[in-house]
Amino acid sequence: MLIARVIGEVVATRKHPSHEARKALLVQPLDLDGSARGNTIVALDAVDAGVGDRVLVTNEGYSAFTSVGRDVSPIDSAVIGVIDQIDLLP
Amino acid sequence: MQLGKVIGCVWATAKNANLQGQRLLLVQPVNHAGDPFGGAIVCADATAQAGAGELIYWVRGREAAHAFLPAEVTSDNTIVAIVDEISLDAGQLQPREVPD
Repeated sequence: MLIARVIGEVVATRKHPSHEARKALLVQPLDLDGSARGNTIVALDAVDAGVGDRVLVTNEGYSAFTSVGRDVSPIDSAVIGVIDQIDLLP
Repeated sequence: MQLGKVIGCVWATAKNANLQGQRLLLVQPVNHAGDPFGGAIVCADATAQAGAGELIYWVRGREAAHAFLPAEVTSDNTIVAIVDEISLDAGQLQPREVPD
């Protein structure tokens, strides 16, 4: 799983039926200091996250499509949590 | 899933039987701003409508083959949506402090 920030939403009319009725969020993976790490990815929303939220993103297929409730479908990443707080151990 | 731009078509006469009838498109991965990164990849097209220059997003890995179920298509990168629009809040890209 990755820590990421939701930076936008992707709108698509023509898409696979399994992606219907789920928000496609554009998320930017983050480093622990809050800076951007790597390139943005598109993840389906499983927790009703919104732009600006710091979220937990899974980028593995099985956990992604089960979390959005679409079994065996072409979904490889999903937003599966909204992060309240991160405690770094000393 | 990742954003990409369709930059070409790939034609192969001799191919695995499970790929027969599939359109193979050349896709350049792009970031939220449309800037390219990395090398181009070949994707099958589950939308059947993606065309040159269009912004799409695609699925990678085993899940890429799920797009065609119940048909078994040997694809590890599949276009699953044609992007109409991205609503972006660029302010969210600024670094923030993580609480201790």
